Amino acid sequence: MTNSVVVRATNLGQSFGETVIFKGVSLEVHRGEIFVILGGSGSGKSTLLRQLIGLLPPTEGEIEVLGWAIPRERTRVLSSIGVLFQSGALFGSMTLLENVMLPLEMHTDLPPSARAQLALVKLRLVGLGEAADLMPSEVSGGMAKRAAMARALALDPPLLFLDEPSAGLDPITSAELDQLILNLRRDLGLTFVVVTHELASILAIGDRCLMLDGKAHGVIAEGNPKELQAHSDHPVVRAFFHREVR
Amino acid sequence: MWGEAKAKDAQAHMKVAEPDPGTVRLVFSGRLDAVGVGKIWLPTVAAAERAHERKLELDLSAVEVCDTAGATLLAAAEAAYGKAAEVLGASSETWEFLKRVRGVLPPPGASPLVRGRKKPEEKGFARAAAAAVLGVAFLGEVATALINLHRRLRMLRPGDLLRLADTAGVQALPLTILVGFLLGVILAFQGSLPMRQFGAELFVADLVTVAVLRELGAVLAAVILAGRTGSAFAAEVGTMKINQELDALVTMGLDAATFLVLPRLIAVIIVMPAITLVLDVSALIGMLVAMRGFGFPFTAIINEALRFASVRDLLGGLFKGSCFGLAIAAIGCQSGLTVGKGPRAVGEAATRAVVGGIVAILVLDGIFALIFYQLGI
Repeated sequence: MTNSVVVRATNLGQSFGETVIFKGVSLEVHRGEIFVILGGSGSGKSTLLRQLIGLLPPTEGEIEVLGWAIPRERTRVLSSIGVLFQSGALFGSMTLLENVMLPLEMHTDLPPSARAQLALVKLRLVGLGEAADLMPSEVSGGMAKRAAMARALALDPPLLFLDEPSAGLDPITSAELDQLILNLRRDLGLTFVVVTHELASILAIGDRCLMLDGKAHGVIAEGNPKELQAHSDHPVVRAFFHREVR
Repeated sequence: MWGEAKAKDAQAHMKVAEPDPGTVRLVFSGRLDAVGVGKIWLPTVAAAERAHERKLELDLSAVEVCDTAGATLLAAAEAAYGKAAEVLGASSETWEFLKRVRGVLPPPGASPLVRGRKKPEEKGFARAAAAAVLGVAFLGEVATALINLHRRLRMLRPGDLLRLADTAGVQALPLTILVGFLLGVILAFQGSLPMRQFGAELFVADLVTVAVLRELGAVLAAVILAGRTGSAFAAEVGTMKINQELDALVTMGLDAATFLVLPRLIAVIIVMPAITLVLDVSALIGMLVAMRGFGFPFTAIINEALRFASVRDLLGGLFKGSCFGLAIAAIGCQSGLTVGKGPRAVGEAATRAVVGGIVAILVLDGIFALIFYQLGI
């Protein structure tokens, strides 16, 4: 793995019994880029993400994340990446601040006051400094997503995986979240792997994308989203980017 | 490779130097990241605080990596110092992080942590009063639903009623039989010890029969119902509320009290006498088995049991059981309908349903004892 490649997957496949989700999927994500995995519902993009973060062992193929093989060195990978789940997955019994402090408490020797201060910095980086003491149930969906992003950033991982970050958000909040992702990339030099089917988000943040299709059981397109939108002749890609009904 | 470098030397180091009497220099080295700065955080802040009257320099020339955790440490040192320190040897990347962190933290000397609001929790009397108001409102809703039931009969779906009766009643039978049988055996054994001293061991049959039919059968059946069904009602209705299913009901023009609460109350009123009866019979069988073990003939035990107990005892117990069931189901549904937000709230609602149900059983039992005493029953 060259120094600039942070995620490499080779010939990945996933089947559940007789059902093939996808096969022959290969990808490389480079340091500092925002790589989008897109596709329609049931195309296997969330399954691919679960494979990449080590939650689902692939039925075939190999994965390396930050130079470590998945699933063999899954623990090292999981302690070195940040993951934003579709629901946010904040712990309902903790305040937003406590949610962000949790990884620091588990993985560092920081004294409690330092953990609180560092967690507050993360919350302020995502614009939630004043909501630190609120419970997840007291904040909006967009705020919960940003808080979950702050938690994913707690240990300053160089690589973040985001599963449907815009799901359930209104267009304005979704655009704000896109801007936050771009700001974090600019300010902290992070690399993002984003799974989404939100066209506006894909075009706003994606440097490169990989498109999965459920019927083709694999990758049908790869490249810059705007270029794919402008030039792709593939009927599924055109239907996706131009909202055409096939 | 990022991970390999991090694993090699995860620690950061800090030394205090005094290049001249008026200057304190904190010399950092290694990795100033979340994993590395833990050990040097407190010494750094303390050294910065001690430098109060002198010039403070933060020397980062030997730092390999500095991310937001490292930048936050530097900002914390400045906060402890009371003003901005002079930063030496920082890379352009570290400067960016420091600028970013300084941008979101209050300036040195200001209050370090500005927290958001925390909603004060209601305590003591206010909480009890709020719960009482909710309880009364719930009873009002149920009463209204009952009054209007003839116009909303379609909302009472027989399938739901059968499912609820099956869950609350049929599926509770194995546990009820086990508890009842063991209750009878235990009471017979415990009762026989003092009775034996007076040669009145046979009268254990009277004691157990009356105690079970009048009191223990109904109470224990109700406790089983509170543990199984009351909590299940609270969790089911609470989850429906969290999933906005109750809102969906309202938007479809359906009334939650009629659609969700009444079927549960009716199902429990129907099954509770049956559960109580099954528990009574199981307890008497348990007592019979124990008494046979003591050597008494079968007919003697039956005759003795029937001599003292009456049908009135049995019916009184069954009636009490129905009332207990009604209270348990109502408390379970009310706990579910007033659930807060989040998965913890569902757990709290279930707990509230069980605790409230058991307290209600005992309070109602006390009231029944008083009434039955006054009526001479």
